[in-house]
Amino acid sequence: MQLDKEGGARNIACMTQPAPTPEAPTPAPTPIQTADLVIAGGGMVGLTLAVACARAGLSVIVVDAEARATQLDEAFDGRASAVALAACRMLKSLGIWPDLEGEAQPILDIRVSDGRAGRRPSSLFLHFDHGAIGDEPFGHLIENRVLRRALDRSAARLAGLVQINPATVLRVEAGPDRTLAHLSDGRVLAAQLVVAADGRNSRLRTAAGIATRGWSYGQTGIVATVTHERPHQGLAHELFLPGGPFASLPLTGNRSSLVWTERHALAEALMQLPKSAFDDEIRRRFGDHLGHVESTGPRWSWPLALHLADRYVAPRLVLVGDAAHGIHPIAGQGLNLGLRDVAALAEVLVDGHRLGLEAGDAGLLERYQRWRRLDNVMLGVVTDGLNRLFSNDLAPVRLARDLGLAAVERIGPLKRFFMRHASGTVGTLPRLLEGRPL
Amino acid sequence: MTAQSTTVDPSEIARFSAIADEWWDPNGKFKPLHRFNPTRLEYIRDRVATHFGRDPRSAQPLAGLRLLDIGCGGGLLSEPMARLGASVVGADAAERNVKTAAVHADRAGLAIDYRHTTAEALAAAGEQFDVVLNMEVVEHVADIGLFMNACAAMVKPGGLMLVATLNRTPKAFALAIVGAEYVLGWLPRGTHTWSKFVKPGELDSALTAGGLSRVEFQGVSFDPLADRWRLTGDLGVNYMALATRPA
Repeated sequence: MQLDKEGGARNIACMTQPAPTPEAPTPAPTPIQTADLVIAGGGMVGLTLAVACARAGLSVIVVDAEARATQLDEAFDGRASAVALAACRMLKSLGIWPDLEGEAQPILDIRVSDGRAGRRPSSLFLHFDHGAIGDEPFGHLIENRVLRRALDRSAARLAGLVQINPATVLRVEAGPDRTLAHLSDGRVLAAQLVVAADGRNSRLRTAAGIATRGWSYGQTGIVATVTHERPHQGLAHELFLPGGPFASLPLTGNRSSLVWTERHALAEALMQLPKSAFDDEIRRRFGDHLGHVESTGPRWSWPLALHLADRYVAPRLVLVGDAAHGIHPIAGQGLNLGLRDVAALAEVLVDGHRLGLEAGDAGLLERYQRWRRLDNVMLGVVTDGLNRLFSNDLAPVRLARDLGLAAVERIGPLKRFFMRHASGTVGTLPRLLEGRPL
Repeated sequence: MTAQSTTVDPSEIARFSAIADEWWDPNGKFKPLHRFNPTRLEYIRDRVATHFGRDPRSAQPLAGLRLLDIGCGGGLLSEPMARLGASVVGADAAERNVKTAAVHADRAGLAIDYRHTTAEALAAAGEQFDVVLNMEVVEHVADIGLFMNACAAMVKPGGLMLVATLNRTPKAFALAIVGAEYVLGWLPRGTHTWSKFVKPGELDSALTAGGLSRVEFQGVSFDPLADRWRLTGDLGVNYMALATRPA
């Protein structure tokens, strides 16, 4: 390992020599490892893509900034994600599911209502029962560390998948036949394609000159876990409050994950409150229908913003997940969009691989971009509109949306349409999202 | 995989690298061919794998098969065939194409035997192949009968030949010449001459004369909505033929 690092560092030093004559170009640094794909970012999206591609015979190196042990620690990420039905099917198809099955909480019902803190929810509300569209749940609530651990176990079983951490892909150098990834520890990797799964503030996206569009919501998302006396029966409840949506999502046992949106200033104050006062604020919103409620474990908060990348591809570079798009958490779709990117990109790359096309083939990347970009922009716009409609306390707007909710509740086809969207089973689906193998 | 020696003079590498980049730019001069490539690759892979009893989804379904890509151009078919395991000979009558293809394969680390030669010369030298790919060539040759005879002679008993070409129909004139060359500008004007397009019946006769038996014709059409090529039952414009030499 030490030798590798030194070798890589020496090669980097070569690169900074003054450029010689064009007849004898600077020799490229000798790569230390070669793979079909280098994935920058080993989060849930990056690692799922790695597992999908490696299972189909592509060689993959995943580079992540955090040491693996840190990522699996509860203090690193105590959040939970709503994984929609289609994405659950993909996790099953990829063999990841058995490693998390016992810790995934099915979402059996979804209830959407309007309200104000300290009062009972409006009597006009929407109720979705999973039985109306089939016998499978809408999705599952999975704690991020549980999903990460399951992905890590799958990754460890695959011979073609190598993880490098802690390290960062500092820059990539795309050539006509391959691309070089320069790592923070001095190593250089050679690949046919680099996947930027490096998150919202993607360094590789910026370096590729890909602009993003969007705006801040002036809202902060707070995440906390609560325990309650009585079982939640698999009910996900989204309550629209003037400051923003307040969602309680069922975890295993008598626990729920809260995703709570507030204006920045109030959220900051809430984050500072001692536990007892914070719990009082939760109770004013959560209500007492499940008996005594209190928070457990740490709280997290982050500023909410919409951002959509103009392009998803550059020569030998492709964006997935938060590097490509970030949306309002109002519909619980952020990770699901990322996993839909994974399903589409894995299918495009694996189909191409089986035709003898290399992973960096620009035609393949273009197909991925066409497939995913519209879907992501649409959901970005829809969630933006929902947030604007519901984060509002004007009486006429309140009345209109209550009537709207009640109308959707009464119109069967419209309601089924929303439910299919919630479970992510709409549109031209990649095979993995239909639960089929690649 | 290491590249084997090629006919390329190192001093020419820079010049042919530039041409290779042109051939391999999916949005450049050869964009229509890049668009078409996945569709024909899938057809070739599936038919060849089925014929030789392989699983088309396996890592190297063409492993161990000796394959000739006649009129290989920049190597758009030869390289994927090599990745799928075939031992590939790429032949082109244009020296520039062969050198370009060799430089690109070398950079990609693929062992492909590119030769600046003709089908007639290869056949005369007694070359034999499990698979002969004859894609988008017949509509450019001077004498179809001679050319097809030479190609057919190189198919081993039990082997396969795949042909892709354009049909001599009014529809092909409208789409492949007026549409692709003049209206859409997909191809340089003069790329194709309608009178040289080949009717399926004529292709069939040429295959039979060469001792091959035709297994099927397969139409290929461009779907403008999906921006993709698809296999269809319509032989009116682009079509492919699959033929075998009885064992």
